[in-house]
Amino acid sequence: MAEIPIILILVGLAAYTVLGGADFGAGIWELTARGERGSALRDHTHRSMAPVWEANHVWLIFVLVMAWTCYPEAFSSIVSTLTIPLFVAGVGIILRGAGYALRAGSSTPREEGRISLLFALSSVLTPFALGLVVGGIASGRVPVGNAQGDEITSWLNATSLLIGVLAVATAAYLAAVYLAADARRMGSDDVAEAFRTRALIAGVIAGVLALAGPFILSSDAPDIYDGLTSGAGLVALLASGVAGVTALALVVTRRYGAARVAAAAAVVAIVAGWGLAQQPEILPGLTIDEAAASDTTITAVLIGFAAGLVILVPSLVYLFRLVLSGRFDPATAPWPGPDPARAAAVNAGPNAHSSLRTTLITGAVTAIGAGITFVSEGPLRSVGVALMLAGAVACFFAVASLDEAEPPA
Amino acid sequence: MPLDLIASAFGPVQQNYLLEARQMQAMSFVAHIPLVCFGVAFPALVVFAEWRHHRTGNPVYRTLARRWSKIMLALFAVGVVSGTILSFELGLLWPGFMAAFGDVFGLGFTLEGFSFFIEAIFIAIYVYGWDRLPPRTHLLTGIPVIVSGITGSFFVIAVNAWMNNPSGFRMENGEAVDIDPWGALFGNSYLAHEMVHMYVAAYIVAGFLLASIYGWQWLKGNRSDYVRTALTLSLTAAAIAAPVQLIVGDWAARTVAKEQPVKLASFEDLQETTEGAPFDIPPGIEIPDMLSLLAFHDPNATVTGLDSVPPDDRPPVGIVRASFLTMVGIGSLLAALAAVFLYVRVRKRRLPESRWFWRAAIAAGPLSVVALIAGWVTTEVGRQPWVVYGVMRTEDAVTGAGGIPVGYATMAIVYAGVFAAVIWILRRLAARPLEEDAAPAPEGTHG
Ligand code: HDD
Ligand code: HEM
Ligand code: HEM
Repeated sequence: MAEIPIILILVGLAAYTVLGGADFGAGIWELTARGERGSALRDHTHRSMAPVWEANHVWLIFVLVMAWTCYPEAFSSIVSTLTIPLFVAGVGIILRGAGYALRAGSSTPREEGRISLLFALSSVLTPFALGLVVGGIASGRVPVGNAQGDEITSWLNATSLLIGVLAVATAAYLAAVYLAADARRMGSDDVAEAFRTRALIAGVIAGVLALAGPFILSSDAPDIYDGLTSGAGLVALLASGVAGVTALALVVTRRYGAARVAAAAAVVAIVAGWGLAQQPEILPGLTIDEAAASDTTITAVLIGFAAGLVILVPSLVYLFRLVLSGRFDPATAPWPGPDPARAAAVNAGPNAHSSLRTTLITGAVTAIGAGITFVSEGPLRSVGVALMLAGAVACFFAVASLDEAEPPA
Repeated sequence: MPLDLIASAFGPVQQNYLLEARQMQAMSFVAHIPLVCFGVAFPALVVFAEWRHHRTGNPVYRTLARRWSKIMLALFAVGVVSGTILSFELGLLWPGFMAAFGDVFGLGFTLEGFSFFIEAIFIAIYVYGWDRLPPRTHLLTGIPVIVSGITGSFFVIAVNAWMNNPSGFRMENGEAVDIDPWGALFGNSYLAHEMVHMYVAAYIVAGFLLASIYGWQWLKGNRSDYVRTALTLSLTAAAIAAPVQLIVGDWAARTVAKEQPVKLASFEDLQETTEGAPFDIPPGIEIPDMLSLLAFHDPNATVTGLDSVPPDDRPPVGIVRASFLTMVGIGSLLAALAAVFLYVRVRKRRLPESRWFWRAAIAAGPLSVVALIAGWVTTEVGRQPWVVYGVMRTEDAVTGAGGIPVGYATMAIVYAGVFAAVIWILRRLAARPLEEDAAPAPEGTHG
């Protein structure tokens, strides 16, 4: 029981690295798309990411809340020690969200360029800071307790820096692959080629960093190193390497769809490897079992989680299907089918508006509900509240749909 | 590591900046909460406008729905990031609270997470799906946005209700044991009134703020169909919500009187437990028996005074009282304004003509935000010195990390920037020509 949530957390973390990572990476590439010429690249990036970034981002929330509900003491130890990088990540997230929102209002290329710079810088900062956090945890620098670790060296150390830089490079790589595929779908071949080049550069950088990893870990984080170089951890590490190389080869041959899958697999494998290498401890001296919340809490969370998935999965599939099939692309022709509004405009009779009678009746229901709420307690009050709210909704429909007087000439 | 060792690792810490930490938390809420009013109430208004278009064929509804949906998306983006910051801060500032009770109330946030997932997915489909989906499908994709706005706020408010009226666990050596997370969150007598009060507040705030903006244009002489329809929808929503809020507020006060008597006493600065307690309205008007009447609907009821607990266990009375009076005062004014609007709308089938009405309506937007924040200050400062009422003190929840003033200052600057950005975006979006959102006219293509 105690392990199930941590598995889900790692799944969430992998999903965030793949999906949220691509979103950060898209921002990072805006740095290389400056000036007039870059504007086509920037437009493309923005168009691809805008419909999905909020959904991608929720994975992080998911990881946070699962961690604090199911491993409250471990969560609190981590955030109180690694306060600085987490705070920086938080600021980065605000600036990114603001960047998306500002985009909606920008109208001149100059404004848009400035916003994109802000957006790009925060897109580098956030994954870097989150990588520092992961490094601090993985290298065993977070003791149990309220702010018991070193405020600085817990995140300013070789492992943290390695993972921070790797996070940025991976994000850039994932994004470039994704954007190249998208550009090809939209038929902009030169944009696709531009992103292919970027994917290759970022992929090679990420690969080199990954190769350097074991050397750094062996001296700075020996426990994780041992875990990753033996048993199941080693299998995961090798799987990640193979997937990474495959992904790169697929980019070279321009098979972006398959490359996306392989790159995602590389990330999933390395996250799994981390989990395997570090278990059974979550923090030094604190095992997953000891850190876990009671079974009742975990059961409740899992029930909530299962119920949530039933709604979430079809919704996510629907969104990604629409996006990946190009339904939201600007070049896609508008929906050609019949239009109910046009039919209504022809037949709009008295039924389209509400009457004074309906208005007064709904108003009276609201008032009666309010009266009951005011004078009663307990179950009767609940009845009153329900009546009042239902009446208010109906009353809104009635009042808002009243026929209007001819405006004065 | 044995359990008692873990618990003692979260014992009280030295923190010189507790007050700053509290202010930082409050500041972040003040940024989040007006934005989420739009996340809660705006989708319903937008979908209603689209539905009216389908029903009447009047193109102005379509223009309105499209235009509003873009504003909704921009505000949602800022709402999402400000909410994310809150999640970070809950851990960054109050690790003692999270460590001790994360397993009691965390379920609420897990469920909230799913809600926001759904909201984020469908808001994107809705906004980017204009003209890309069959019209009826498009209308339907708006429904999950409305529903998940309701459920999302329901789950967070369940957490707040639990903090104010904790149950569903037992304390043993500083550890919460025998935890019943469902009962703690959803079997709570605070949840219903907080949820309904907040939900109605969202309609008041969103409706009156929209009315402020369009009312300004109306006063300047813009009587276009677009402005008239925008005002009709937004004012109708706010005007129905405002009187309802008085009844819900009364319900809230009666529940507080029962469960948090010290908070109620600080609404009125009632020092001693009194039978038939009076109510003072500044400056110096005293209404006999009124507090008893308000709190218990009985002029002779005994109201518990602040002296029932030691001074250390009392909230900062001045702030609580001022906020409460502000909320109630503004709430009453808004209800009066609402009555005028509803009368003219229903009897005369038009918008009010009086310039005074419109000046008041313009003021109503910002005032409703003030009422909203004042209400939350009443609840949250009134809960002090407890973070979990009667169970854990705020000073035992705070982080031991340094640098709170630096974080606070940084956040203040960032939020000021975000605030300026939001204003800029809204002005820009408003300046776009309406034709952008009008139906593409040619026959054969979709309108
Ligand atoms: C537009 C906003 C608005 C308006 C007009 C009012 N309120 Fe309110 N009030 C809120 C917005 C609000 C809130 C959403 O900010 C709070 C904070 C916590 C909550 O549940 O709702 C609140 C809390 C709150 C509380 C504390 C509840 C608690 O601690 O659990 C009381 C006693 C009242 N309100 C009473 C009233 C009364 C008697 C009003 C009538 C005039 C009123 N409110 C109008
Ligand atoms: C009365 C209190 C609250 C209400 C009514 C509320 C409501 C909402 C709503 C409606 C949204 C959707 C975004 C939007 O519409 O702008 C939102 C976003 C969010 N809120 Fe709050 N919230 C409240 C308090 C909190 C608290 C206390 C936290 C965390 C500690 C929080 C965390 C979040 C997060 C993480 C998001 C982003 C979700 C996403 O990524 O889609 N909120 N909130
Ligand atoms: C609905 C979910 C909410 C949760 C879970 C929540 C949680 C918290 C926590 C943990 C603290 C810090 C501990 C403390 O000071 O006791 C706090 C303080 C505070 N919160 Fe809330 N809060 C919520 C909603 C809000 C909203 C919407 C506001 C709006 C303005 C607000 C205003 C404040 C203020 C003013 C304080 C500081 C109180 C003081 O220290 O005097 N809260 N809240």
